[in-house]
Amino acid sequence: MKYIPATSAERERMLRAIGVPTVEDLFRDIPPEVRLRGPLDLPPAMPDPDLLGHARRLAGLNSNCDQLICFLGAGAYDHFVPSTVAHLALKPEFLTAYTPYQAELMQGELQAIFEYQTLMCELTGMDVANASMYDGASALGEAASMAADLTKRTRILVSTAVHPEYRQVLRTFTSHMRITVQDLPLSRGITAPAAALAAITDETAALVIQSPNFFGCLEDGEALAKAAHDRGALLIVAVADPISLGLLRSPAEYEADIVAGEGQALGNALNFGGPYLGVIATRERFVRRLPGRLVGRTIDTEGRPGYVLTLQTREQHIRRARATSNICTNEALNALVAAVYLSTLGRQGIQDVAELNARKAHYARERIASLRGYRPAFEAPTFNEFVVRCPVNPEEINRRLLEHRILGGLPLGRFYPELGDCWLVCVTESRTREEIDQLVGHLEALQ
Amino acid sequence: MYPKELRYSKEHEWAKVEGTRVRVGITQFAADRLSDVVYVELPKVGAEVTFMESFGVVESVKAVSDLYAPVTGKVVEINDGLTEKPEVINTDPYGQAWMIVVEPRDLSELSKLLDADAYMALIGEQRS
Repeated sequence: MKYIPATSAERERMLRAIGVPTVEDLFRDIPPEVRLRGPLDLPPAMPDPDLLGHARRLAGLNSNCDQLICFLGAGAYDHFVPSTVAHLALKPEFLTAYTPYQAELMQGELQAIFEYQTLMCELTGMDVANASMYDGASALGEAASMAADLTKRTRILVSTAVHPEYRQVLRTFTSHMRITVQDLPLSRGITAPAAALAAITDETAALVIQSPNFFGCLEDGEALAKAAHDRGALLIVAVADPISLGLLRSPAEYEADIVAGEGQALGNALNFGGPYLGVIATRERFVRRLPGRLVGRTIDTEGRPGYVLTLQTREQHIRRARATSNICTNEALNALVAAVYLSTLGRQGIQDVAELNARKAHYARERIASLRGYRPAFEAPTFNEFVVRCPVNPEEINRRLLEHRILGGLPLGRFYPELGDCWLVCVTESRTREEIDQLVGHLEALQ
Repeated sequence: MYPKELRYSKEHEWAKVEGTRVRVGITQFAADRLSDVVYVELPKVGAEVTFMESFGVVESVKAVSDLYAPVTGKVVEINDGLTEKPEVINTDPYGQAWMIVVEPRDLSELSKLLDADAYMALIGEQRS
Protein backbone atom coordinates (compact mmCIF):
# COMPACT_ATOMS: atom_id res chain seq x y z
CA MET A 1 0.00 0.00 0.00
CA LYS A 2 1.31 3.47 -0.86
CA TYR A 3 0.65 6.46 1.31
CA ILE A 4 0.86 9.06 -1.48
CA PRO A 5 -1.98 11.59 -1.40
CA ALA A 6 -3.97 12.45 -4.48
CA THR A 7 -2.48 15.04 -6.86
CA SER A 8 -4.36 18.22 -7.83
CA ALA A 9 -5.06 16.75 -11.27
CA GLU A 10 -6.55 13.61 -9.72
CA ARG A 11 -8.65 15.70 -7.36
CA GLU A 12 -9.98 17.74 -10.30
CA ARG A 13 -10.89 14.57 -12.16
CA MET A 14 -12.74 13.13 -9.16
CA LEU A 15 -14.64 16.36 -8.59
CA ARG A 16 -15.69 16.45 -12.26
CA ALA A 17 -16.83 12.82 -12.09
CA ILE A 18 -19.18 13.49 -9.17
CA GLY A 19 -20.21 16.91 -10.47
CA VAL A 20 -19.03 19.07 -7.60
CA PRO A 21 -17.10 22.29 -8.35
CA THR A 22 -14.74 22.38 -5.33
CA VAL A 23 -13.67 20.19 -2.40
CA GLU A 24 -15.17 22.85 -0.11
CA ASP A 25 -18.62 21.98 -1.54
CA LEU A 26 -18.33 18.45 -0.13
CA PHE A 27 -18.64 19.96 3.35
CA ARG A 28 -21.69 22.13 2.70
CA ASP A 29 -23.90 19.92 4.92
CA ILE A 30 -21.86 20.98 7.94
CA PRO A 31 -23.38 24.16 9.48
CA PRO A 32 -21.13 27.21 8.87
CA GLU A 33 -21.05 28.15 12.56
CA VAL A 34 -19.12 24.97 13.45
CA ARG A 35 -16.77 25.19 10.48
CA LEU A 36 -13.27 26.53 10.57
CA ARG A 37 -13.23 30.06 9.15
CA GLY A 38 -9.76 30.89 7.95
CA PRO A 39 -6.55 28.86 8.19
CA LEU A 40 -5.18 27.29 11.38
CA ASP A 41 -2.87 29.50 13.44
CA LEU A 42 0.36 27.79 12.42
CA PRO A 43 3.73 29.14 11.34
CA PRO A 44 4.49 28.84 7.62
CA ALA A 45 5.93 25.57 6.31
CA MET A 46 9.72 25.28 6.64
CA PRO A 47 12.17 23.99 4.05
CA ASP A 48 13.26 20.41 4.74
CA PRO A 49 16.73 21.12 6.21
CA ASP A 50 15.35 23.85 8.49
CA LEU A 51 12.56 21.58 9.69
CA LEU A 52 14.99 18.78 10.56
CA GLY A 53 17.21 21.24 12.41
CA HIS A 54 14.20 22.57 14.30
CA ALA A 55 13.06 19.05 15.27
CA ARG A 56 16.60 18.22 16.42
CA ARG A 57 16.74 21.32 18.60
CA LEU A 58 13.38 20.37 20.17
CA ALA A 59 14.52 16.77 20.74
CA GLY A 60 17.69 18.13 22.35
CA LEU A 61 15.56 19.74 25.08
CA ASN A 62 14.66 16.24 26.23
CA SER A 63 17.06 13.96 27.91
CA ASN A 64 17.20 10.19 28.00
CA CYS A 65 18.81 7.35 29.88
CA ASP A 66 21.73 7.13 27.45
CA GLN A 67 22.74 10.59 28.66
CA LEU A 68 21.66 10.38 32.29
CA ILE A 69 22.47 7.90 35.03
CA CYS A 70 19.03 6.61 35.91
CA PHE A 71 17.92 5.60 39.41
CA LEU A 72 14.24 6.06 38.62
CA GLY A 73 11.91 3.07 38.31
CA ALA A 74 8.38 3.10 39.73
CA GLY A 75 6.82 1.26 36.80
CA ALA A 76 9.26 2.06 33.96
CA TYR A 77 12.65 0.41 34.03
CA ASP A 78 16.01 1.21 32.47
CA HIS A 79 17.21 -2.29 31.67
CA PHE A 80 19.87 -3.18 29.14
CA VAL A 81 18.47 -4.14 25.73
CA PRO A 82 20.62 -6.60 23.74
CA SER A 83 21.30 -5.77 20.08
CA THR A 84 19.35 -8.80 18.87
CA VAL A 85 16.13 -7.08 19.93
CA ALA A 86 16.33 -4.19 17.48
CA HIS A 87 17.87 -6.39 14.80
CA LEU A 88 14.96 -8.87 14.80
CA ALA A 89 12.03 -6.78 15.95
CA LEU A 90 12.70 -3.99 13.47
CA LYS A 91 12.63 -6.30 10.44
CA PRO A 92 9.96 -4.75 8.17
CA GLU A 93 7.90 -7.98 8.10
CA PHE A 94 7.53 -7.78 11.86
CA LEU A 95 7.66 -4.02 12.30
CA THR A 96 4.64 -3.37 10.12
CA ALA A 97 2.57 -6.33 11.30
CA TYR A 98 -0.35 -5.04 13.27
CA THR A 99 -2.63 -7.19 15.42
CA PRO A 100 -3.68 -10.13 13.20
CA TYR A 101 -6.95 -9.28 11.45
CA GLN A 102 -6.50 -11.55 8.47
CA ALA A 103 -5.14 -13.93 11.03
CA GLU A 104 -4.34 -17.10 9.12
CA LEU A 105 -2.51 -15.18 6.39
CA MET A 106 -0.02 -13.98 9.00
CA GLN A 107 1.57 -17.24 10.11
CA GLY A 108 4.88 -15.57 11.06
CA GLU A 109 3.21 -12.96 13.21
CA LEU A 110 0.95 -15.57 14.82
CA GLN A 111 3.92 -17.77 15.60
CA ALA A 112 5.76 -14.83 17.19
CA ILE A 113 2.72 -14.09 19.38
CA PHE A 114 2.40 -17.78 20.25
CA GLU A 115 6.04 -17.79 21.38
CA TYR A 116 5.42 -14.61 23.40
CA GLN A 117 2.39 -16.21 25.12
CA THR A 118 4.43 -19.31 25.93
CA LEU A 119 7.23 -17.20 27.42
CA MET A 120 4.75 -15.27 29.57
CA CYS A 121 3.37 -18.57 30.88
CA GLU A 122 6.87 -19.78 31.75
CA LEU A 123 7.69 -16.52 33.51
CA THR A 124 4.48 -16.30 35.55
CA GLY A 125 3.94 -20.05 35.94
CA MET A 126 0.38 -19.62 34.67
CA ASP A 127 -1.32 -21.94 32.17
CA VAL A 128 -2.39 -19.40 29.60
CA ALA A 129 -1.41 -15.84 28.59
CA ASN A 130 -3.10 -13.73 25.93
CA ALA A 131 -1.55 -11.97 22.92
CA SER A 132 -0.96 -8.84 25.11
CA MET A 133 -2.87 -5.74 26.15
CA TYR A 134 -2.23 -1.98 26.18
CA ASP A 135 -0.16 -1.73 29.35
CA GLY A 136 0.14 -3.01 32.92
CA ALA A 137 -2.49 -0.65 34.29
CA SER A 138 -5.19 -1.53 31.76
CA ALA A 139 -4.30 -5.23 32.07
CA LEU A 140 -5.05 -4.86 35.78
CA GLY A 141 -8.42 -3.26 34.95
CA GLU A 142 -9.22 -6.20 32.66
CA ALA A 143 -8.17 -8.65 35.37
CA ALA A 144 -10.56 -6.99 37.83
CA SER A 145 -13.46 -7.17 35.40
CA MET A 146 -12.58 -10.81 34.71
CA ALA A 147 -12.63 -11.60 38.44
CA ALA A 148 -15.99 -9.89 38.93
CA ASP A 149 -17.41 -11.93 36.07
CA LEU A 150 -15.92 -15.21 37.35
CA THR A 151 -17.06 -14.80 40.95
CA LYS A 152 -20.34 -12.93 40.24
CA ARG A 153 -19.20 -10.48 42.91
CA THR A 154 -18.82 -6.72 42.68
CA ARG A 155 -16.05 -5.50 44.98
CA ILE A 156 -12.36 -5.26 44.25
CA LEU A 157 -10.07 -4.83 47.22
CA VAL A 158 -6.79 -3.24 46.16
CA SER A 159 -3.70 -2.81 48.29
CA THR A 160 -2.41 0.78 48.47
CA ALA A 161 1.02 -0.76 47.83
CA VAL A 162 -0.12 -1.28 44.22
CA HIS A 163 1.22 1.39 41.82
CA PRO A 164 -0.96 4.51 42.40
CA GLU A 165 -1.42 5.02 38.67
CA TYR A 166 -2.52 1.41 38.18
CA ARG A 167 -5.10 1.97 40.94
CA GLN A 168 -6.30 5.12 39.22
CA VAL A 169 -6.72 3.29 35.90
CA LEU A 170 -8.42 0.41 37.73
CA ARG A 171 -11.01 2.85 39.09
CA THR A 172 -11.57 4.52 35.72
CA PHE A 173 -11.77 1.15 34.01
CA THR A 174 -14.40 -0.29 36.33
CA SER A 175 -16.36 2.91 37.03
CA HIS A 176 -19.28 1.98 34.77
CA MET A 177 -19.24 -1.77 35.41
CA ARG A 178 -21.06 -1.90 38.74
CA ILE A 179 -17.72 -2.74 40.34
CA THR A 180 -16.59 -0.89 43.47
CA VAL A 181 -12.89 -0.51 44.15
CA GLN A 182 -11.87 -0.32 47.77
CA ASP A 183 -8.36 0.55 49.06
CA LEU A 184 -6.63 -1.69 51.57
CA PRO A 185 -4.21 0.39 53.70
CA LEU A 186 -0.65 -0.87 53.88
CA SER A 187 1.34 -1.62 56.95
CA ARG A 188 5.12 -1.02 57.08
CA GLY A 189 5.45 -1.03 53.31
CA ILE A 190 3.55 -4.24 52.71
CA THR A 191 0.00 -5.60 52.57
CA ALA A 192 -0.76 -7.31 55.88
CA PRO A 193 -2.52 -10.67 55.35
CA ALA A 194 -4.54 -10.21 58.58
CA ALA A 195 -5.79 -6.83 57.38
CA ALA A 196 -6.67 -8.35 54.01
CA LEU A 197 -8.58 -11.19 55.65
CA ALA A 198 -10.53 -8.72 57.78
CA ALA A 199 -11.43 -6.57 54.76
CA ILE A 200 -12.49 -9.36 52.38
CA THR A 201 -16.24 -10.05 52.46
CA ASP A 202 -18.64 -12.30 50.54
CA GLU A 203 -18.93 -9.44 48.06
CA THR A 204 -15.20 -9.32 47.29
CA ALA A 205 -14.40 -10.60 43.81
CA ALA A 206 -10.66 -10.22 44.13
CA LEU A 207 -7.79 -9.01 46.25
CA VAL A 208 -5.29 -7.08 44.15
CA ILE A 209 -1.67 -6.92 45.20
CA GLN A 210 1.58 -6.05 43.45
CA SER A 211 4.79 -7.96 44.13
CA PRO A 212 7.40 -6.61 44.39
CA ASN A 213 5.05 -3.81 45.35
CA PHE A 214 5.27 -0.11 44.50
CA PHE A 215 7.80 0.36 47.34
CA GLY A 216 9.91 -2.49 45.99
CA CYS A 217 8.94 -4.76 48.88
CA LEU A 218 8.04 -8.42 48.38
CA GLU A 219 4.55 -9.34 49.53
CA ASP A 220 3.63 -12.53 51.36
CA GLY A 221 1.81 -13.91 48.32
CA GLU A 222 1.02 -17.25 49.90
CA ALA A 223 -0.71 -15.80 52.96
CA LEU A 224 -2.54 -13.23 50.84
CA ALA A 225 -3.72 -15.90 48.40
CA LYS A 226 -5.03 -17.93 51.31
CA ALA A 227 -6.84 -14.90 52.75
CA ALA A 228 -8.57 -14.34 49.39
CA HIS A 229 -9.39 -17.99 48.73
CA ASP A 230 -10.77 -18.57 52.25
CA ARG A 231 -13.56 -16.15 51.39
CA GLY A 232 -14.10 -17.31 47.81
CA ALA A 233 -12.27 -14.33 46.28
CA LEU A 234 -9.52 -14.48 43.66
CA LEU A 235 -5.96 -13.19 44.03
CA ILE A 236 -4.80 -10.85 41.27
CA VAL A 237 -1.08 -10.11 41.23
CA ALA A 238 0.30 -7.09 39.40
CA VAL A 239 3.92 -7.34 38.31
CA ALA A 240 5.59 -4.06 37.34
CA ASP A 241 9.00 -5.49 36.46
CA PRO A 242 8.72 -9.09 35.19
CA ILE A 243 12.51 -9.47 35.33
CA SER A 244 11.94 -9.96 39.07
CA LEU A 245 10.38 -13.33 38.18
CA GLY A 246 13.82 -14.56 37.13
CA LEU A 247 14.64 -14.69 40.83
CA LEU A 248 11.40 -14.67 42.82
CA ARG A 249 8.75 -17.35 43.23
CA SER A 250 6.24 -17.15 40.41
CA PRO A 251 2.68 -16.00 41.23
CA ALA A 252 1.47 -19.48 40.21
CA GLU A 253 3.59 -21.02 42.98
CA TYR A 254 1.71 -19.05 45.61
CA GLU A 255 -1.67 -19.80 44.03
CA ALA A 256 -2.44 -16.48 42.33
CA ASP A 257 -5.44 -16.69 39.99
CA ILE A 258 -4.66 -13.89 37.54
CA VAL A 259 -1.36 -12.14 36.82
CA ALA A 260 -1.53 -8.68 35.26
CA GLY A 261 1.77 -7.12 34.45
CA GLU A 262 3.74 -4.46 32.67
CA GLY A 263 6.08 -5.98 30.11
CA GLN A 264 8.08 -2.83 29.27
CA ALA A 265 11.07 -4.11 31.25
CA LEU A 266 11.38 -7.01 28.80
CA GLY A 267 13.47 -5.39 26.07
CA ASN A 268 11.20 -2.41 25.45
CA ALA A 269 12.68 1.07 25.60
CA LEU A 270 11.36 3.60 28.12
CA ASN A 271 9.58 5.28 25.16
CA PHE A 272 8.64 8.39 27.18
CA GLY A 273 5.97 6.34 28.95
CA GLY A 274 4.45 4.41 26.07
CA PRO A 275 3.61 2.37 24.09
CA TYR A 276 4.05 -0.26 26.77
CA LEU A 277 3.10 -3.91 27.01
CA GLY A 278 0.17 -5.27 28.99
CA VAL A 279 0.65 -8.84 30.17
CA ILE A 280 -2.24 -10.95 31.41
CA ALA A 281 -2.09 -14.62 32.32
CA THR A 282 -4.35 -16.99 34.21
CA ARG A 283 -5.34 -20.55 35.02
CA GLU A 284 -6.64 -22.76 32.26
CA ARG A 285 -10.03 -23.07 33.95
CA PHE A 286 -10.51 -19.30 33.52
CA VAL A 287 -9.48 -19.19 29.86
CA ARG A 288 -12.99 -18.39 28.63
CA ARG A 289 -12.93 -15.17 30.65
CA LEU A 290 -9.49 -14.15 29.42
CA PRO A 291 -9.86 -10.90 27.46
CA GLY A 292 -8.35 -10.13 24.06
CA ARG A 293 -6.73 -12.27 21.44
CA LEU A 294 -5.28 -15.69 21.95
CA VAL A 295 -3.10 -17.54 19.46
CA GLY A 296 -3.19 -21.33 19.36
CA ARG A 297 -1.16 -23.92 17.54
CA THR A 298 -2.94 -26.60 15.55
CA ILE A 299 -2.49 -28.81 12.48
CA ASP A 300 -4.10 -28.34 9.08
CA THR A 301 -5.94 -30.97 7.00
CA GLU A 302 -2.60 -32.28 5.76
CA GLY A 303 -1.15 -32.59 9.24
CA ARG A 304 1.14 -29.56 8.97
CA PRO A 305 1.49 -27.32 12.05
CA GLY A 306 -0.10 -23.90 11.80
CA TYR A 307 -1.24 -21.04 14.00
CA VAL A 308 -4.75 -19.65 14.47
CA LEU A 309 -6.63 -17.19 16.63
CA THR A 310 -8.32 -19.54 19.03
CA LEU A 311 -11.32 -19.49 21.39
CA GLN A 312 -12.65 -16.47 19.54
CA THR A 313 -16.07 -17.04 21.08
CA ARG A 314 -14.66 -15.12 24.07
CA GLU A 315 -14.45 -12.04 21.92
CA GLN A 316 -17.07 -9.45 21.32
CA HIS A 317 -17.46 -10.08 17.60
CA ILE A 318 -19.11 -13.38 18.56
CA ARG A 319 -20.08 -12.91 22.19
CA ARG A 320 -21.15 -9.32 21.57
CA ALA A 321 -22.57 -7.61 24.66
CA ARG A 322 -21.81 -10.64 26.82
CA ALA A 323 -18.06 -10.53 26.21
CA THR A 324 -15.98 -9.79 29.32
CA SER A 325 -13.89 -7.22 27.52
CA ASN A 326 -14.02 -4.98 24.48
CA ILE A 327 -10.32 -5.08 23.66
CA CYS A 328 -9.86 -6.35 20.11
CA THR A 329 -6.22 -5.57 19.55
CA ASN A 330 -2.85 -6.19 21.13
CA GLU A 331 0.58 -4.55 21.39
CA ALA A 332 2.05 -6.80 18.73
CA LEU A 333 5.42 -5.11 18.30
CA ASN A 334 6.04 -4.69 22.04
CA ALA A 335 5.10 -8.33 22.58
CA LEU A 336 7.49 -9.36 19.83
CA VAL A 337 10.25 -7.32 21.48
CA ALA A 338 9.58 -9.11 24.77
CA ALA A 339 9.72 -12.49 23.02
CA VAL A 340 13.02 -11.68 21.30
CA TYR A 341 14.44 -10.31 24.56
CA LEU A 342 13.55 -13.38 26.59
CA SER A 343 14.69 -15.76 23.86
CA THR A 344 18.04 -13.95 23.75
CA LEU A 345 18.49 -14.24 27.50
CA GLY A 346 17.25 -17.78 27.86
CA ARG A 347 16.37 -19.54 31.10
CA GLN A 348 19.77 -18.94 32.73
CA GLY A 349 20.09 -15.41 31.37
CA ILE A 350 16.91 -14.10 32.96
CA GLN A 351 18.02 -15.53 36.31
CA ASP A 352 21.42 -13.89 35.96
CA VAL A 353 19.93 -10.51 35.05
CA ALA A 354 17.47 -10.74 37.96
CA GLU A 355 20.26 -11.60 40.36
CA LEU A 356 22.39 -8.67 39.13
CA ASN A 357 19.44 -6.34 39.75
CA ALA A 358 19.00 -7.61 43.28
CA ARG A 359 22.74 -7.51 44.13
CA LYS A 360 23.32 -4.01 42.79
CA ALA A 361 20.16 -2.65 44.39
CA HIS A 362 21.10 -4.18 47.74
CA TYR A 363 24.59 -2.71 47.50
CA ALA A 364 23.08 0.73 46.82
CA ARG A 365 20.58 0.31 49.64
CA GLU A 366 23.31 -0.51 52.13
CA ARG A 367 25.57 2.33 50.98
CA ILE A 368 22.77 4.92 51.12
CA ALA A 369 21.52 3.65 54.48
CA SER A 370 25.01 4.08 55.92
CA LEU A 371 24.90 7.82 55.17
CA ARG A 372 24.08 10.14 58.03
CA GLY A 373 20.33 10.92 58.12
CA TYR A 374 19.35 8.25 55.59
CA ARG A 375 17.63 5.02 56.59
CA PRO A 376 15.54 2.35 54.86
CA ALA A 377 11.83 3.16 55.27
CA PHE A 378 10.69 -0.46 55.44
CA GLU A 379 12.38 -3.67 56.55
CA ALA A 380 10.60 -6.06 54.14
CA PRO A 381 12.85 -7.80 51.57
CA THR A 382 13.26 -5.97 48.26
CA PHE A 383 14.27 -6.72 44.66
CA ASN A 384 15.62 -3.81 42.58
CA GLU A 385 13.77 -0.92 44.22
CA PHE A 386 13.74 0.32 47.78
CA VAL A 387 12.53 3.31 49.78
CA VAL A 388 14.82 5.47 51.90
CA ARG A 389 13.89 8.22 54.32
CA CYS A 390 15.99 11.28 53.57
CA PRO A 391 17.26 14.18 55.70
CA VAL A 392 16.76 16.53 52.71
CA ASN A 393 13.54 16.95 50.69
CA PRO A 394 13.70 14.28 47.93
CA GLU A 395 12.51 16.81 45.31
CA GLU A 396 15.51 18.97 46.24
CA ILE A 397 17.83 15.95 46.11
CA ASN A 398 16.65 15.24 42.56
CA ARG A 399 17.20 18.83 41.46
CA ARG A 400 20.75 18.76 42.76
CA LEU A 401 21.51 15.31 41.27
CA LEU A 402 20.28 16.40 37.85
CA GLU A 403 23.07 19.01 37.82
CA HIS A 404 25.42 16.01 37.84
CA ARG A 405 23.40 14.26 35.11
CA ILE A 406 21.90 11.79 37.54
CA LEU A 407 18.19 11.03 37.37
CA GLY A 408 17.19 10.44 40.98
CA GLY A 409 14.49 8.23 42.46
CA LEU A 410 10.80 9.03 42.86
CA PRO A 411 9.82 11.39 45.72
CA LEU A 412 6.88 9.48 47.21
CA GLY A 413 5.15 12.55 48.70
CA ARG A 414 3.56 13.10 45.31
CA PHE A 415 1.46 9.92 45.76
CA TYR A 416 1.63 9.38 49.54
CA PRO A 417 1.57 12.68 51.49
CA GLU A 418 2.54 10.83 54.69
CA LEU A 419 5.76 9.67 52.99
CA GLY A 420 7.02 13.17 52.19
CA ASP A 421 10.63 12.38 53.18
CA CYS A 422 10.65 9.08 51.26
CA TRP A 423 12.53 8.46 48.05
CA LEU A 424 11.92 5.35 45.88
CA VAL A 425 15.25 4.33 44.32
CA CYS A 426 15.66 1.79 41.51
CA VAL A 427 18.93 0.08 40.59
CA THR A 428 18.89 -2.16 37.53
CA GLU A 429 21.69 -4.30 36.07
CA SER A 430 22.55 -1.31 33.86
CA ARG A 431 23.98 0.65 36.79
CA THR A 432 27.67 0.13 37.43
CA ARG A 433 29.28 0.08 40.83
CA GLU A 434 31.03 3.37 39.92
CA GLU A 435 27.67 4.98 39.14
CA ILE A 436 26.22 3.81 42.45
CA ASP A 437 29.28 5.12 44.32
CA GLN A 438 28.95 8.39 42.42
CA LEU A 439 25.31 8.70 43.56
CA VAL A 440 26.30 7.99 47.16
CA GLY A 441 29.12 10.53 46.93
CA HIS A 442 26.74 13.26 45.75
CA LEU A 443 24.21 12.42 48.47
CA GLU A 444 26.95 12.70 51.05
CA ALA A 445 28.11 16.03 49.63
CA LEU A 446 24.66 17.60 49.58
CA GLN A 447 23.90 17.17 53.26
CA MET B 1 -37.70 -35.40 18.23
CA TYR B 2 -39.87 -33.58 20.78
CA PRO B 3 -41.06 -35.95 23.53
CA LYS B 4 -44.67 -35.45 24.62
CA GLU B 5 -43.86 -35.63 28.34
CA LEU B 6 -41.58 -32.58 28.26
CA ARG B 7 -42.45 -28.88 28.51
CA TYR B 8 -40.62 -26.41 26.26
CA SER B 9 -39.53 -22.79 26.54
CA LYS B 10 -39.53 -20.31 23.67
CA GLU B 11 -35.76 -20.09 24.17
CA HIS B 12 -35.48 -23.82 23.34
CA GLU B 13 -34.95 -25.38 26.76
CA TRP B 14 -36.88 -28.46 27.83
CA ALA B 15 -38.15 -29.18 31.35
CA LYS B 16 -39.02 -32.62 32.70
CA VAL B 17 -40.91 -33.05 35.96
CA GLU B 18 -39.41 -35.77 38.17
CA GLY B 19 -41.45 -35.86 41.37
CA THR B 20 -40.85 -32.52 43.06
CA ARG B 21 -37.87 -31.65 40.88
CA VAL B 22 -37.35 -30.47 37.33
CA ARG B 23 -34.63 -31.66 34.98
CA VAL B 24 -33.51 -29.15 32.32
CA GLY B 25 -31.72 -29.35 28.97
CA ILE B 26 -31.87 -27.86 25.48
CA THR B 27 -33.94 -29.17 22.56
CA GLN B 28 -32.82 -31.00 19.45
CA PHE B 29 -33.74 -27.91 17.44
CA ALA B 30 -31.42 -25.73 19.54
CA ALA B 31 -28.61 -28.29 19.33
CA ASP B 32 -28.97 -28.51 15.53
CA ARG B 33 -28.99 -24.73 15.20
CA LEU B 34 -25.83 -24.40 17.30
CA SER B 35 -24.01 -27.16 15.37
CA ASP B 36 -21.06 -28.79 17.16
CA VAL B 37 -21.17 -27.84 20.83
CA VAL B 38 -17.71 -27.42 22.34
CA TYR B 39 -18.31 -25.99 25.78
CA VAL B 40 -21.00 -25.56 28.42
CA GLU B 41 -20.91 -23.33 31.46
CA LEU B 42 -23.35 -24.32 34.20
CA PRO B 43 -24.20 -22.75 37.57
CA LYS B 44 -22.96 -24.21 40.84
CA VAL B 45 -25.12 -26.55 42.91
CA GLY B 46 -27.03 -24.34 45.32
CA ALA B 47 -27.32 -21.39 42.91
CA GLU B 48 -30.74 -19.77 42.45
CA VAL B 49 -32.14 -19.62 38.93
CA THR B 50 -35.02 -17.44 37.74
CA PHE B 51 -37.70 -18.18 35.14
CA MET B 52 -36.45 -17.09 31.71
CA GLU B 53 -33.21 -15.61 33.04
CA SER B 54 -29.81 -16.88 32.02
CA PHE B 55 -28.43 -19.78 34.07
CA GLY B 56 -25.46 -20.65 31.90
CA VAL B 57 -23.82 -20.50 28.52
CA VAL B 58 -23.48 -22.97 25.68
CA GLU B 59 -20.77 -22.50 23.10
CA SER B 60 -20.51 -24.11 19.68
CA VAL B 61 -17.99 -23.77 16.88
CA LYS B 62 -20.02 -20.87 15.51
CA ALA B 63 -21.91 -19.22 18.35
CA VAL B 64 -22.30 -18.60 22.05
CA SER B 65 -25.80 -18.63 23.52
CA ASP B 66 -27.29 -18.07 26.94
CA LEU B 67 -29.26 -20.84 28.59
CA TYR B 68 -32.59 -19.71 30.09
CA ALA B 69 -34.15 -21.32 33.15
CA PRO B 70 -37.60 -22.76 32.38
CA VAL B 71 -38.47 -22.58 36.07
CA THR B 72 -37.51 -20.54 39.17
CA GLY B 73 -35.77 -22.39 41.96
CA LYS B 74 -32.58 -23.78 43.39
CA VAL B 75 -30.06 -25.88 41.46
CA VAL B 76 -29.67 -29.24 43.22
CA GLU B 77 -27.67 -31.14 40.59
CA ILE B 78 -25.54 -30.28 37.60
CA ASN B 79 -24.30 -32.53 34.83
CA ASP B 80 -20.50 -32.51 35.26
CA GLY B 81 -20.17 -34.98 32.40
CA LEU B 82 -20.86 -32.16 29.92
CA THR B 83 -17.51 -30.52 30.72
CA GLU B 84 -15.71 -33.56 29.32
CA LYS B 85 -18.20 -34.51 26.62
CA PRO B 86 -20.21 -31.46 25.50
CA GLU B 87 -20.81 -33.22 22.16
CA VAL B 88 -23.59 -35.36 23.70
CA ILE B 89 -25.72 -32.19 23.48
CA ASN B 90 -25.78 -32.81 19.74
CA THR B 91 -26.29 -36.57 19.91
CA ASP B 92 -28.52 -37.10 22.94
CA PRO B 93 -30.11 -33.79 23.99
CA TYR B 94 -32.91 -35.29 26.08
CA GLY B 95 -30.89 -38.04 27.74
CA GLN B 96 -27.18 -37.82 28.57
CA ALA B 97 -27.15 -34.09 27.83
CA TRP B 98 -29.42 -32.93 30.66
CA MET B 99 -27.85 -29.84 32.21
CA ILE B 100 -29.28 -29.08 35.63
CA VAL B 101 -31.90 -30.32 38.09
CA VAL B 102 -33.90 -27.60 39.83
CA GLU B 103 -35.95 -27.70 43.00
CA PRO B 104 -38.68 -25.33 41.86
CA ARG B 105 -40.25 -22.72 44.09
CA ASP B 106 -43.59 -23.28 42.36
CA LEU B 107 -44.15 -26.21 40.02
CA SER B 108 -47.22 -24.54 38.50
CA GLU B 109 -44.84 -22.09 36.81
CA LEU B 110 -44.31 -24.83 34.22
CA SER B 111 -47.77 -24.10 32.84
CA LYS B 112 -46.23 -20.98 31.28
CA LEU B 113 -44.17 -23.28 29.03
CA LEU B 114 -45.23 -24.87 25.75
CA ASP B 115 -46.27 -28.49 25.19
CA ALA B 116 -44.65 -30.50 22.41
CA ASP B 117 -47.24 -29.53 19.78
CA ALA B 118 -47.06 -25.83 20.55
CA TYR B 119 -43.25 -26.00 20.55
CA MET B 120 -43.22 -27.79 17.20
CA ALA B 121 -45.51 -25.10 15.82
CA LEU B 122 -43.07 -22.45 17.14
CA ILE B 123 -40.01 -23.99 15.54
CA GLY B 124 -42.01 -24.69 12.39
CA GLU B 125 -42.40 -20.92 12.10
CA GLN B 126 -38.73 -20.33 12.91
CA ARG B 127 -37.67 -22.84 10.27
CA SER B 128 -39.64 -21.18 7.49
